[in-house]
Amino acid sequence: MHFADGEVPGDYLGYVHRKVLWLAGGTLFLILLLVYSISVGAVAIPISDVFLTLVGQNVSHTWDTIIWNIRLPQALTAITAGCGLAVAGVAMQSILRNPLGSPFTLGISNAGAFGAAFSVIVLGTGTMQSRVADPVTLSNPYLTTVMAFLFCLLATGVILLISRVRGASPEVMVLAGVALSSLFTAGTMFLQYFSSDAQLAAVVFWTFGDVGRTNWPELAFMSLIVAAATIFFVANRWNYNAIDAGDETAKGLGVNVERIRLVGMVAAALVSAVIVAFLGVIGFVGLVCPHMVRRVIGDDQRYLIPGSCLMGGILLLASDTVARVIVAPYVLPVAVLTAFMGAPVFIYLLLRGYRR
Amino acid sequence: MTLSVQDLSFFYRNREVLNEIAFSIGKCEIVAILGPNGVGKTTLLKCLNRILQPREGVVYLDGKDLFRLDGSEIARNIGYVPQRIETGRLTAFDAVLLGRKPHIGWDLSEKDLRMVDAVFRRLAMEHLRLAYIDEMSGGELQKVAIARALVQEPKILLLDEPTSNLDLKNQVAILSTIARIVREHGISAVMTMHDINHAIRYADRFIFLRDGRIYAHGGPETVTPKTIEEVYGLPVIIGKLGGVTCVVPENCPVTTGA
Repeated sequence: MHFADGEVPGDYLGYVHRKVLWLAGGTLFLILLLVYSISVGAVAIPISDVFLTLVGQNVSHTWDTIIWNIRLPQALTAITAGCGLAVAGVAMQSILRNPLGSPFTLGISNAGAFGAAFSVIVLGTGTMQSRVADPVTLSNPYLTTVMAFLFCLLATGVILLISRVRGASPEVMVLAGVALSSLFTAGTMFLQYFSSDAQLAAVVFWTFGDVGRTNWPELAFMSLIVAAATIFFVANRWNYNAIDAGDETAKGLGVNVERIRLVGMVAAALVSAVIVAFLGVIGFVGLVCPHMVRRVIGDDQRYLIPGSCLMGGILLLASDTVARVIVAPYVLPVAVLTAFMGAPVFIYLLLRGYRR
Repeated sequence: MTLSVQDLSFFYRNREVLNEIAFSIGKCEIVAILGPNGVGKTTLLKCLNRILQPREGVVYLDGKDLFRLDGSEIARNIGYVPQRIETGRLTAFDAVLLGRKPHIGWDLSEKDLRMVDAVFRRLAMEHLRLAYIDEMSGGELQKVAIARALVQEPKILLLDEPTSNLDLKNQVAILSTIARIVREHGISAVMTMHDINHAIRYADRFIFLRDGRIYAHGGPETVTPKTIEEVYGLPVIIGKLGGVTCVVPENCPVTTGA
């Protein structure tokens, strides 16, 4: 075929540039939000000092300690987890051809919660103290994390096994996920019913997802997984676009739909599992961030994946910032705030419809 | 480029759908696959570019076994237009750009954008470039699907009921466009069709399926009242109306317009 007589259409390039501009604006906003987030809290730090400390100037020893040991890791954890959950959500929505796709839908979060409950109650890895600052002592936090992670993987494994028997159809995956989610929730309730007050408190506290739990090495590990997953999803953006156009169209374009679906599921589940295991259950971000971005820049995965990533980071960091100041000096777990912050924005976007 | 099918059989689980199908498609040909609902027309079409895997038989693409080829290589040679395409918040330009998927590596080149633009011009749909496909009519969407298959630079186009959901004017427009592209670019097209009259008008060859087998196969001489009655179970009359061959069911009143 000879279709060499075309030109690069200017109006289309303008349309693409607007999307790139949105992404650039989002990135800038995230950076500003990061600086602001570090400056507020129980102790207010002037923004100029935050900036100087971040670029390596030694303004004050106290600021150094607060910023480098507490606020920066917490803010970066929020960004990383937000990115990871949102990117897993957007991938699942495409792979499962279902707008409700998210780490929750497939039972991964609830499996993690069950793993943590199992660890605390059966293996005895945590109790509750009557201190406000650090009320829960997980006597063996690593075992709790490892158990949560293992159960996340177990849930994923079961879904994949069912997909293998019944064919990797999106309906089978979603329904299997919903079933597992209920199963693990019931399991957690069963364990909680027979636990002591202290254990119960520890389990409940664990399930309130919180980005203040990580230290630098854990953050580094989490970032590595999130970055790898994001690169993987971005590399597959054309495959996801093809699957969004329908399985038959995708196959006609030479996409191995079943394999892309399975591998994408594993990647999305893995990144969700790591985040859930370290931070607990953080809902809403994975489900809603991709939809927020869709309303603004559309369904094209080339922009949707990086856009969701940014939006996840922004939403979780903003929620965490509010969680730290809203009832200061107390610090709310971020999971309480994500839906509070996100739902009104999302409902507004739903009502407004698409941006032209 | 030629496509030849040998002894193809297809089963959905244990139910036989296609049996011992054999035919070949030459250059610059439009082939219509005809037959009643559920006879396996779409299934046969999907076996031609490996969307479905037959239980037995081989499909050769220029002498090469289709089932040994890489998916992208098949997609660079065979374009597929499904009956339905899923919509989303995408511009028509982006939706068509997806057809370059078998050709692109990490990212798009200027050539990809130019080719999409050229196909939009060829199909006279430049005005739809930045229209969102979730706000399009059935006819516009069908054009997008065909444009997407064309930017794959296929040698063979497979179209599943390209005129379903379209009004009469759009049916003629789409089929004329396909016929013109086939002639101009020396490619071939295989279409499953319900409308025998459209098939007679646009196709060069006809494959009639009955009970999962090829009942008749050949040029316009294949389309006889006997064949159609045997395949569809309905007596018909074939006549000329304004110089055009027409098939009408026997028990319907025929008005000649006189």
